[in-house]
Amino acid sequence: MAVVLVLVLLVVASVLFHMFSPWWWTPIASNWNYIDNTLIITFWITGFVFVAVVLFIAYCVFRFKHRPGLRADYEPENRKLESWLAAGTTLGVVAMLAPGLVVWHDFITVPDDATEVEVVGQQWLWSFRLPGQDGRLGRAETQDIGDTNMLGIDRNDTAGLDDVVVEGGELHLPVGKPVKMLLRSVDVLHNFYVPEFRAKMDMIPGSVTFFWFTPTRTGTFEVLCAELCGVAHSQMRGTVVVDTEADYQAWLEQQPTFSQLMASVETTAAQ
Amino acid sequence: MTPILVFMGILAAIMIWWLARHRIASKPWMEVGLTSAGIDRGGAAPPTAKIGMGVFLAVVGALFSLLTSAYFMRMNASDWWAMPVPWLLWVNTAVLAANSVAIQWAAVSARRGQHESVRIGLVGSFVLGGAFLAGQLLVWRQLVDTGYLLTTNPANSFFYLITGLHGLHIVGGLVGLVRTTAHAYDGSDARSLRLGVDLCAMYWHFMFFVWLVLLALFSGYASDFVEICRQLVT
Amino acid sequence: MVDTRSGMEGAVRPAEVEDVELYHPHSWWTRYVFSQDAKIIAIQYAATAIAIGMVALVLSWLMRLQLGFPGYFTFIDVERYYQFITMHGMIMVIYLLTALFLGGFGNYLIPLMLGARDMVFPYANMLSYWIYLLAVVVLAASFFAPGGPTGAGWTLYPPQAILSGTPGGRDWGIILMLVSLIIFIIGFTMGGLNYVVTVLQGRARGMTLMRMPLTVWGIFTATVMALLAFPALFVACVMMLFDRLLGTSFFMPAIVEMGEKLTQQGGSPILFQHLFWFFGHPEVYIVALPAFGIVSDLISTHARKNIFGYRMMVWAIVIIGALSFIVWAHHMYVSGMNPKFGFFFATTTLIIAVPTAIKVYNWVLTLWRADIHLTLPMLFALAFIVTFVNGGLTGLFLGNVVVDVPLSDTMFVVAHFHMVMGIAPIMVIFGAIYHWYPKITGRMLNELMGQIHFWVTFIGAYAIFFPMHYLGLLGMPRRYYEMGDTAFVPASAHTLNEFITIVALIVGAAQILFLFNLVWSLFKGREAGGNPWRATTLEWQTPQTPPAHGNWGKELPVVYRWAYDYSVPGAPEDFIPQNQPPTGRLTREATA
Repeated sequence: MAVVLVLVLLVVASVLFHMFSPWWWTPIASNWNYIDNTLIITFWITGFVFVAVVLFIAYCVFRFKHRPGLRADYEPENRKLESWLAAGTTLGVVAMLAPGLVVWHDFITVPDDATEVEVVGQQWLWSFRLPGQDGRLGRAETQDIGDTNMLGIDRNDTAGLDDVVVEGGELHLPVGKPVKMLLRSVDVLHNFYVPEFRAKMDMIPGSVTFFWFTPTRTGTFEVLCAELCGVAHSQMRGTVVVDTEADYQAWLEQQPTFSQLMASVETTAAQ
Repeated sequence: MTPILVFMGILAAIMIWWLARHRIASKPWMEVGLTSAGIDRGGAAPPTAKIGMGVFLAVVGALFSLLTSAYFMRMNASDWWAMPVPWLLWVNTAVLAANSVAIQWAAVSARRGQHESVRIGLVGSFVLGGAFLAGQLLVWRQLVDTGYLLTTNPANSFFYLITGLHGLHIVGGLVGLVRTTAHAYDGSDARSLRLGVDLCAMYWHFMFFVWLVLLALFSGYASDFVEICRQLVT
Repeated sequence: MVDTRSGMEGAVRPAEVEDVELYHPHSWWTRYVFSQDAKIIAIQYAATAIAIGMVALVLSWLMRLQLGFPGYFTFIDVERYYQFITMHGMIMVIYLLTALFLGGFGNYLIPLMLGARDMVFPYANMLSYWIYLLAVVVLAASFFAPGGPTGAGWTLYPPQAILSGTPGGRDWGIILMLVSLIIFIIGFTMGGLNYVVTVLQGRARGMTLMRMPLTVWGIFTATVMALLAFPALFVACVMMLFDRLLGTSFFMPAIVEMGEKLTQQGGSPILFQHLFWFFGHPEVYIVALPAFGIVSDLISTHARKNIFGYRMMVWAIVIIGALSFIVWAHHMYVSGMNPKFGFFFATTTLIIAVPTAIKVYNWVLTLWRADIHLTLPMLFALAFIVTFVNGGLTGLFLGNVVVDVPLSDTMFVVAHFHMVMGIAPIMVIFGAIYHWYPKITGRMLNELMGQIHFWVTFIGAYAIFFPMHYLGLLGMPRRYYEMGDTAFVPASAHTLNEFITIVALIVGAAQILFLFNLVWSLFKGREAGGNPWRATTLEWQTPQTPPAHGNWGKELPVVYRWAYDYSVPGAPEDFIPQNQPPTGRLTREATA
């Protein structure tokens, strides 16, 4: 009967572990608590199925373990039972999928008032670019990257001249305002991942990907790279600070724009 | 990924048809004893080697469907410059078509027991197949000479990759032809010769078909066709 | 009800033996080394797969040492760490699981279970093994190549896989990896043609499709899938080789590599991912379907009860196999592909859950009112159900596109796929070896060693991978050499990592006991006899044990019934072999 005992203990231990283990998601700092909710629904449904199936096995082993004289039933199939089980499963799948798809629709529908912020990944550093006064980001191409133009911003595009450039530093965002993160990479795949924001997306050299979210609380959060990008993958860290509006503006004013950066480079070169 | 999905759809239809013939909805526990149902319904079952060839050609078909899928996905990028189709490619196509005719003639002759015709068909097929291969190499040379190098453009890369893989399959077909032709001359029994010729015919017809699809791809007819389909759907 | 004995025998097609020309070995070399006998080839495949699998096991120890105790083992530097995880993954998925299930069990069981003398193309079958061995050798050679093996992760995503920031990217590692895969695929295709065509053509008289054991159904369907899915990997490998060696830009966009602009431009890394996962997802089922099939037979035999819902099981295998070709992009929800695809692929992915769940229900319902013998194969089968249900259910998190967003690329993914396509199929492999070892060698495996092996492996593996999900939930990314000081990772998470490492070392050690048992029982094991489990399927009805060349002696078996006649009411024994002719008293005719 060791098998029965172990199976029951395994169920009990798994459930207790789920309830009492200290390892759970980080406190959320974005609007994506919908994702957390969908995850909770999935936990309930799958948890129920797991407990039911394993306990059923345990019961069967307990009841129908071989003893002299025992003979199994002969039952090739039971269409009615199978249909009911299939229908129940379908119902459970729909209960998980339907909210999932609704939230996914939200996830990929960027609100019109979202501010665009560009994240540029390279081995193994995060850089950021925010739109300047005109509220638009200028064009940028990997081909335009040079020693002084790490992000490859197009000098001929006037929209890019006032862009605020943060090379390897912290990104600040104002709380409560939706942002559309435009993701770009200059070498390999990276993935901009802040656990507290729940959202993440790969960055692909040669194209621009995106996701959006609204920061819901101020604080300092760590950026991790979540797509293997070479030997220093685990060291590729960055920082996002979510500020109040006033703090954010104060920070923003201290950051150099692209044209300022170019000008300072040219003066150093002239000297 | 549309071409490979279409190809898979066709294979799925064949498999469903095959399963349906085998009484897949029957209740096996109700049927004790020797049963003939579902094994075959009239007509001799095709020989094992032909079934094997069919399965193998399905794998080859998947390979080229995937290359076609990759071609379509990559050609949307802005750096894509379609290659001109050298006139020699059309000549090669005609040669491969003639090869198909020759091997078919050999197969028909084998069925009729005309050994001399079988030999002529096989040798002719071998010569034409070899000519196709030489023609393809000539096309490569011409393209290289006119500056269409492997790395200058992804369209070129795909052209060399796909024609190269097709050429390797042609080489395999030539090896098969050599073996069958040897059988035709050393006087092995008619039944196994017929089988060998039939296998060669299956293989070469398929290679010809694949080549037509590839030619449509390179000449741009395929993408025009896809465009028309897209407009019909929307 | 139907009894088709009378007057129908003339219509039955004779077994297709004349098409199979049995090759008779003339020397020791052709008998045991360059053998064309599927049984010998199966053993060669299995031994090679297990040998290279042991390398992968040691690699997993090393990577766990680094994760559990970062900084203690200085010889595991960051380059080596990534090489270890890459080779561990690739070996386990392709060179162990695929090769063992299809090349090992497929070769051994398909001809025997179908009542054939051998595979239909024995020569190609032999070539298949030697080409596979060559692929393994090329793979192993990369350990000794300058720069070492590739460290690109088993997914080999470009551009990273062929750039200098990755171990082996600009050296030999990635080239040998790609070449080895190409060789493997060529070899596999030869073997795969055999398995498929043998099922199509080599079945004994009376062996209709619906009388085939589920093991054969599983291996057959998986092989069909593998034949069609591996070309995608083949294409991806060839194209990446071109990019790496010849400077094409199939997958290479404009890149600034460590400050240097590369000449390539315009290529699409996403294209590689589509090709890779078009192979990669079916690959999951290529491993899972044989396991599904085998475990069905283990449960049925050792519970002395017919598999519940046989027809549904067959259909589910076929439907899962077909659906698995249209779900591949669920590995790419956060890859940056068109996000609208998410709706389609989430839906197809969750639809697969239904036939899969039906299979689970039918396994557990087979246990209901059964006569459960808790033999080692049965124990492993139960362990399979538990781990498979666990891993399958966490798949519902990852398949449901939006739930995948926070969890992708975390330890949750690692825990999920190890549970569902690592532990669960390996439980079946163990169960299958304990089950068929008596047929292969004529001796039983030692029970005590087997019990120790089972309990340590089952409980240990669960203890490794169940808690690991929660590290992912916490947000711990996968493929990290070290977490370092990360604000959201509490110290307790590091303790959990230490615990997992220690358990992994113990579970790994238990496998050495298993290997010892394999060798020890070969000489000292109890004599098994021809049919120790009292099973119905044909492989247990051979005239000799182990089966001789040609399997069946003079006469091929004739099949009179399905594979699951256990505990038939009224029968004297609790099993009726498939080749036992019906007697007047026993035919179930004219009762309907």
